[in-house]
Amino acid sequence: MINAILVFNNHGKPRLVRFYQHLAEEVQQQIIRETFHLVLKRDDHICNFLECGSLFGGSDYKLIYRHYATLYFVFCVDSSESELGILDLIQVFVETLDKCFENVCELDLIFHMDKVHHILQEVVIGGMVLETNMNEIVAQVEAQSKLEKVEGLVVTGRSRRQGGLSAAPSRAVSAVKNINLPEIPRNINIGDINIKVPNLSQFM
Amino acid sequence: MALKMVKGSIDRMFDKNLQDLVRGIRNHKEDEAKYISQCIDEIKQELKQDNIAVKANAVCKLTYLQMLGYDISWAAFNIIEVMSASKFTFKRIGYLAASQCFHEGTDVIMLTTNQIRKDLSSPNQYDTGVALTGLSCFVTPDLARDLANDIMTLMSHTKPYIRKKAVLIMYKVFLKYPESLRPAFPRLKEKLEDPDPGVQSAAVNVICELARRNPKNYLSLAPLFFKLMTSSTNNWVLIKIIKLFGALTPLEPRLGKKLIEPLTNLIHSTSAMSLLYECVNTVIAVLISLSSGMPNHSASIQLCVQKLRILIEDSDQNLKYLGLLAMSKILKTHPKSVQSHKDLILQCLDDKDESIRLRALDLLYGMVSKKNLMEIVKKLMIHVDKAEGTTYRDELLTKIIDICSQSNYQYITNFEWYISILVELTRLEGTRHGHLIAAQMLDVAIRVKAIRKFAVSQMAMLLDNAHLIASNTQRNGICEVLYAAAWICGEFSEHLEEANQTLEAMLRPKVTTLPGHIQAVYVQNMVKLYASILQQKEQSGEKEAAQEITQLMIERLPQFVQSADLEVQERASCILQLIKYIQKLQVKEVPVAEEVIALFAGELNPVAPKAQKKVPVPEGLDLDAWINEPPSDSESEDEKPKTIFHDEEQRHSRHRQPEIDEEELARRREARKQEQANNPFYIKSSPSPQKRYQDTPGVEHIPVVQIDLSVPLKVPGMPMSDQYVKLEEERRHKQKLEKDKKKKKQKKEKRGKHHRHNSLHTESEEDIAPAHHVDIITEEMPENALPSDEDDKDPNDPYKALDIDLDKPLADSEKLPVQRHRNVETLKSPDSEAPLVEKKSKKPKKKEKKHKEKERDKGKKKEKEKKGEDLDFWLSTAPPPASTTQPQSEPEVGAAVVAEPQEVKEEREEREEEDDEGKKSSKHKKKKHKKEKEEKSKDKKKSKKKSHHSEEETTESVQNGTLDDEPLPPMSSYRLLAENPYIKMTYDIQGNLQNDSQVTVSVIFENKSTSFLKSMELNVLDSLNTKMLRPEGSSVHDGIPVPFQLPPGISNEAQFVFTLQSIVMAQKLKGTLSFIVKNDEGSTHEKLDFKLHFSCASYLITTPCYSDAFAKLLESGDLHMSSIKVDGISISFQHLLAKICFHHHFSVVERVDSCASMYSRSIQGHHVCLLVKKGENSVSIDGKCNDSTLLSNLLDEMKETLSKC
Repeated sequence: MINAILVFNNHGKPRLVRFYQHLAEEVQQQIIRETFHLVLKRDDHICNFLECGSLFGGSDYKLIYRHYATLYFVFCVDSSESELGILDLIQVFVETLDKCFENVCELDLIFHMDKVHHILQEVVIGGMVLETNMNEIVAQVEAQSKLEKVEGLVVTGRSRRQGGLSAAPSRAVSAVKNINLPEIPRNINIGDINIKVPNLSQFM
Repeated sequence: MALKMVKGSIDRMFDKNLQDLVRGIRNHKEDEAKYISQCIDEIKQELKQDNIAVKANAVCKLTYLQMLGYDISWAAFNIIEVMSASKFTFKRIGYLAASQCFHEGTDVIMLTTNQIRKDLSSPNQYDTGVALTGLSCFVTPDLARDLANDIMTLMSHTKPYIRKKAVLIMYKVFLKYPESLRPAFPRLKEKLEDPDPGVQSAAVNVICELARRNPKNYLSLAPLFFKLMTSSTNNWVLIKIIKLFGALTPLEPRLGKKLIEPLTNLIHSTSAMSLLYECVNTVIAVLISLSSGMPNHSASIQLCVQKLRILIEDSDQNLKYLGLLAMSKILKTHPKSVQSHKDLILQCLDDKDESIRLRALDLLYGMVSKKNLMEIVKKLMIHVDKAEGTTYRDELLTKIIDICSQSNYQYITNFEWYISILVELTRLEGTRHGHLIAAQMLDVAIRVKAIRKFAVSQMAMLLDNAHLIASNTQRNGICEVLYAAAWICGEFSEHLEEANQTLEAMLRPKVTTLPGHIQAVYVQNMVKLYASILQQKEQSGEKEAAQEITQLMIERLPQFVQSADLEVQERASCILQLIKYIQKLQVKEVPVAEEVIALFAGELNPVAPKAQKKVPVPEGLDLDAWINEPPSDSESEDEKPKTIFHDEEQRHSRHRQPEIDEEELARRREARKQEQANNPFYIKSSPSPQKRYQDTPGVEHIPVVQIDLSVPLKVPGMPMSDQYVKLEEERRHKQKLEKDKKKKKQKKEKRGKHHRHNSLHTESEEDIAPAHHVDIITEEMPENALPSDEDDKDPNDPYKALDIDLDKPLADSEKLPVQRHRNVETLKSPDSEAPLVEKKSKKPKKKEKKHKEKERDKGKKKEKEKKGEDLDFWLSTAPPPASTTQPQSEPEVGAAVVAEPQEVKEEREEREEEDDEGKKSSKHKKKKHKKEKEEKSKDKKKSKKKSHHSEEETTESVQNGTLDDEPLPPMSSYRLLAENPYIKMTYDIQGNLQNDSQVTVSVIFENKSTSFLKSMELNVLDSLNTKMLRPEGSSVHDGIPVPFQLPPGISNEAQFVFTLQSIVMAQKLKGTLSFIVKNDEGSTHEKLDFKLHFSCASYLITTPCYSDAFAKLLESGDLHMSSIKVDGISISFQHLLAKICFHHHFSVVERVDSCASMYSRSIQGHHVCLLVKKGENSVSIDGKCNDSTLLSNLLDEMKETLSKC
């Protein structure tokens, strides 16, 4: 069983936090901090296993991690998982992210945490490995994105300039903005804003 | 500028989406918390809006904030709202948020049940998928119970995507709702052979998780997994299966034998390191389980070690690490094969990776021998010096001590060397393990008599150099060694050469800066030293020197009298007065030394750490008995729900008030023991050494140590362990030479004489004679010490609940709860509803069904037997015994009846059939053939059984079994209620587990007439204790309408709920059924009176109980006991038990021969335990129950049942 999956950057900022047992938020943050300090100390050329189960409240647990550029991917697993298998799984997960985001970088994870979660859910659920075949994972993720896109189109009734997978959720939301506009007690020309919304995001 | 304005207004106007929130947080680095709290306020506003899209957006942002550590549980209800959105986009957001923040304590989670059920059955597979994913994170026992059936259905979904998810979620459901395991298991097993590899993998995954916790229940799946292992190409699945086999082999060594070959093949063929590694691991597990040393397995060990060596030598640190890890597993059983790779492992100590060094250290622990201990420790000492970072150095230190002290200093040949090592370790700066070194010094000095002289000289040196050690008191715990040094010097002061000097060292003012407990030891041991010096001086007649030393004490002791530490102060002032008194005597020239030394007379013997615990409780002493009667607190008890756990808790708390609970006591005892062990003032058990020796003759027999003079006793200066290594080498060399000489001599002799017993000496362990004839005094144990009885099992282990026998056929009651519509009329909790609805079907049909089910059960049982046999057959390598030659004599059949009654019965039936149907020869032949086959299998079984007996002592006991291995007469629990020419009523009463004060009375109404019966109304005269539950608003005199009409000859069942307060006595209620009889002639109003008898047995609910829980219950001692004996019983024990089970709602806990323990539970939580013994013609039943009245009533009822037999 996988007990937790943590992704944080070289400064310890969490990018993805997924615990498969309930822990209070403060405890989660504490664990992330401690894990980060443990992992940070370690050279890139030493082994990727860490025995510090006490951190997660079980002697059986082991940390297995990989370091990619600015990100650490840490899996906390118990003895039923194969160490090398989990290392492969991390690789599969990262490659899947790369496929779904097209050259994934930390920024993708920062701004699309929800999407990263959705991808992860196709790999691991409830602490158990669901699928290890990357093509299958990508296919399922894309099918669901497509479903979202269809729903988004139904709401807006028109398509937008923005394309790509990552745009789908935000489009759905911005479509909602348009619907809400009349309710906002402000004297603003609706047409103007509609045009400006997509452009603005580029400046910020 | 304009842009900023626009942005600002948009910010206010539009809801931020997730990206905006992230961006905002990144732009407000300096006041992030403030910004986020603003955002949370906005989110709260958004959540108040009706628009689901806005809500979803808000929840999405909350999920992000949760990752940053913000509690979002306050939005749980909104999350549920978003979860129930119709659009997948929003639903997914909701479920994601829920999976991140919901848990068992989330109270609104119960609102989700129907929503989740709806989503699970959604036509859109992704809705279902999202619901399953979410559920996997927050499933609660309630959700698990309510949704288990739905998820189980999804395991057979058309889409593999859903199937595999459903299979995985089932594991979570099992954990939360263990009752679901047995009903769901057949389907899970089916999924092992699913056409989709993903589903298959998921099923393997789940079963592996289950089997890891309770492997014995899954042994029967071994053939299936074996097939999968040899056919699957998916490495993930293979790894899981191989790991599972690793868990199974310890239980079934035969399985291991079968595995070795395919595993070694895999090891040779696979290119995947992960798979190779797991194979090696499992082979190791197999070899461990086969530890009986099969010669042909040494090849497998060699193969493993070889492969591991390749891993360790690999440049990949991960492989190196895993190689070492696996190596340590081999080490436990095959140390020799690992020891040959010592070089490699010592190399790993130089690795830059700390994890690898630690692993290598672990290995070294198991690799030391008498021969290489010094060498290995020397290497470690070098590492200690080099090591940077205190944690690793501390780890090294503890490892050195562990390695040397393991199994009673088994590998130490030279204790002087060890003491020097310990002394060298005291020079470590900043270690936390001073106390560890101190403990070792004390232990060695006390237990190895021969070393005392040396130890004392070393300790004196430490005391002399105390300033070096004590200089950095604040920073480290190394000053703890002074504690040991002071005590050793004091206790064994007779070995001190320069006692004066040591005494002076101990009296230095600097000592007062040491921690209090060390000073206290100093003070006490000063006196011991003083006493021995005094004696020495007096004997040699140096009176002045004696007075001088007294004077010195009187001068220096006051610094301790002023100590802030209570104990130091107390001891110092006591001793100061004592010495002042001595001085007075000395002035009068009275010899005092003898009396002073008598203060510290007596020999010390080490006491085993467990000695205190092992002292048996004297007969007649009840430690749990009250010393004073407890204050009564019985009033509150009745209100509390009576479950096993509550009862236990109450008991505990009662104990706690007057006494300290056991744990605390044990802790204190341990602490006291520790203190006694370390504290020299405690161990004075006898007044004089002579007497002591007389008391314990054993001590005298301990051989007095002779010191090998080839090792010089003193190494000048501070000890250097290295010198010992050199000396040791020389010594060994010398020994070897001597031996060689002897050998030559022998050879010479041999030439002349005949060959005597002569073995070629290779330098093995046994050859290395220890430098000292060391006697390690074994630790003392009390007389008649109790055998150890530690129970490490954690009662809170969530996996324990999943220890369920999966091969047993399913019982009716084990169906997963299915959601039905609520029946308003019968005021019931939804859980009890399901079985009730079933019962409403017409009676004959039901009977038929029951019969069918029984048949099916039988079939299953047979199947299971077959399977068990299959496993045996699959595992056995020997050919099945030939059976054709065996004569089929009558007694043999008789024996078979006992063993396999079911088969025999079927056979008999077959025979009867034959008789009935005439004798078609072809058929006859066929049957005969079949019979023969059966006979064969029987024989095989028997032989199997025999082999079983020899292998593992199986007692013939039935555990928790339903007793269906013997044909039973049909039994009905329905009793006659009343009868007249029109109608017949039979009834059965059943308790309701969910409600401790309700029972359900099922009444079957059978129309015996040719008329139509309608408007039936049942009324009962309530008693104070027992009342019929009527719809709200109706008075106690109103009857309850029976919800059906009866055409001629038809019967139907209706149920009525009764509430009751006390259940300890049987009750009778008078009642009337009124109805209208309608026929061609018209209609008449009729009445039928009846008496409803609530027997005590009807308040019991058949509850299975495992034998360990049962034993615990009996031990608990708060059950009342009563017994009955019934004579003239002729029916078999089997029937008897079945009767009790059926009519009195008991279940068999364990059955051995003609004795069985049974268990049941009342609806109000009374435990009822029975011990049923069958004699020649009688049966005795001993019962135990929380309530004596209930018990005696139950036993009376049982007596009645049995006397009818």
